[in-house]
Amino acid sequence: MDLQAQNIHHHYGPTEVLRDITLDAPSGKIVCIVGPSGCGKSTLLRLLGGLEQPTQGQVLQVGAPPPGCLNPLTYIFQDFALLPWRTVHGNVALVLEDHRLSVSDRESIIADVLARTKLSEFADALPKQLSGGMKQRVAIARALAVNPAVMLMDEPLSALDSQTRELLMDDLISLWTRQPFTAVYVTHNLAEAVRLGHKIVVLSRRPGQIREVVDIDIPLAERSYGDATLERQQQHLWGLMRAEAAAADAELIHA
Amino acid sequence: MPETAQKVTFRGGGFVAERKRGVGIAVFVILLLLAEWGTRTGFISALTLPRPSDVAYTFVELYNSGLLFKHLVPSLTRLLVGAALGATFGILIGVLIGLFSLARAGLVPLVAAIFPIPKIALLPLFVIWFGIDEASKYALIAFGTFTPTVVATYGAVDNVDRTLIRMGQSFGLSWRSIVAKIVLPGAMPGILSGLRISLTIAIILLVAAEMLGAEYGIGAYILQAGSLYDLERLFAGVVILSILGVIVSTGIGAIERRMLRWRV
Repeated sequence: MDLQAQNIHHHYGPTEVLRDITLDAPSGKIVCIVGPSGCGKSTLLRLLGGLEQPTQGQVLQVGAPPPGCLNPLTYIFQDFALLPWRTVHGNVALVLEDHRLSVSDRESIIADVLARTKLSEFADALPKQLSGGMKQRVAIARALAVNPAVMLMDEPLSALDSQTRELLMDDLISLWTRQPFTAVYVTHNLAEAVRLGHKIVVLSRRPGQIREVVDIDIPLAERSYGDATLERQQQHLWGLMRAEAAAADAELIHA
Repeated sequence: MPETAQKVTFRGGGFVAERKRGVGIAVFVILLLLAEWGTRTGFISALTLPRPSDVAYTFVELYNSGLLFKHLVPSLTRLLVGAALGATFGILIGVLIGLFSLARAGLVPLVAAIFPIPKIALLPLFVIWFGIDEASKYALIAFGTFTPTVVATYGAVDNVDRTLIRMGQSFGLSWRSIVAKIVLPGAMPGILSGLRISLTIAIILLVAAEMLGAEYGIGAYILQAGSLYDLERLFAGVVILSILGVIVSTGIGAIERRMLRWRV
């Protein structure tokens, strides 16, 4: 299933946030959205998954979601959004409880996603006992449990320290390599974008417009930390964003 | 440059609540001993303050005569029924206000109007509505517990992390699931600390309720003693209320420790 945004405009009151955004998230690819802070990347992601309504334009799901998909458009949030009163197991179970699944089906899904995210032995831990990286792996496990058609990831690694971020990026890459998923990945971190993105969409500062779309053809598994080609791509992206980011930083916030 | 070494002095610390065991009890004991000493030496006249040992003696007498439970049982029943009614309706209305803007717009001003009314002032009204027997006492306690519970509950619902609710919506959870599994557990800390206050108010109102022609009850006992200026009996009754308050507080504390183990 592909996800398409067509001519999206968005306003918050008098403030124009997004202007004429058209983009396509093709099946099995990761699309990264980068841009200076306040450019509306997170807003765009909320529009893509139906958590907000665009002022103009529309978002389309093209094609049928994969069989066994319980929630086609599934988010992974920056602050993890785990229920603190539920265990790791309970947090994953939460998103399955509303679906008609037998107990054994549900338990096997939970066991499978916890194994894929290397969390099996922490099933009974509460979120407060987990490190940031583990919390985000729980959120990823929860997202995988509903077998999504498109994962919408809102700065999923931004709340983590840089070592944990590297580790989790490797985890994401190995998850994708084993079973390619479709994702829209919002980040302000260009290193993440060039490591994970098949396609990188660069937004301008507010009102966010698409400045450039960069395709990276190197397979995800072959991209490594400190790769020279990726380094060049990252420099190119930074060149595009530098002036925008500086200008955005100097603006007053009228939110 | 001469190198004179100077030790860096410690200037952090303090401003932290530490757990001190036994201090609370020590304060009670010292105050009681002071009162005992004062009344025995005549430093405090018997009219000003009853002798603690006399109060204790009165209490033992009350227990031995079997009157203690004759007073305690109806009071506890009134407290339980009244507080349960008030807290249940309070939580219900509070959750409704928290969830529905229409309920909020309609009920918040009403609750704000009811809250400051001294419920004791409405005694005659309760008698007319519910009669002179138990029902009016339940109603008075329930009414007094209701308003603080409502205010605490809708505040607690308002404080539930919206990102968790958005998460629930983004996974396609039903409205009922979101309320039952995200909103209510998330509001539980606020609801419990609200109950701490409203149940204490229920104990205060117990005395008021038993002004309504009650023959037996802690409140009735205190009122009788008060009108006779029998300070020993008055204090014996007051001590029972204090103990009730401590029991409620520890009870809620225990529930909090059990239900809110997930809190950081």
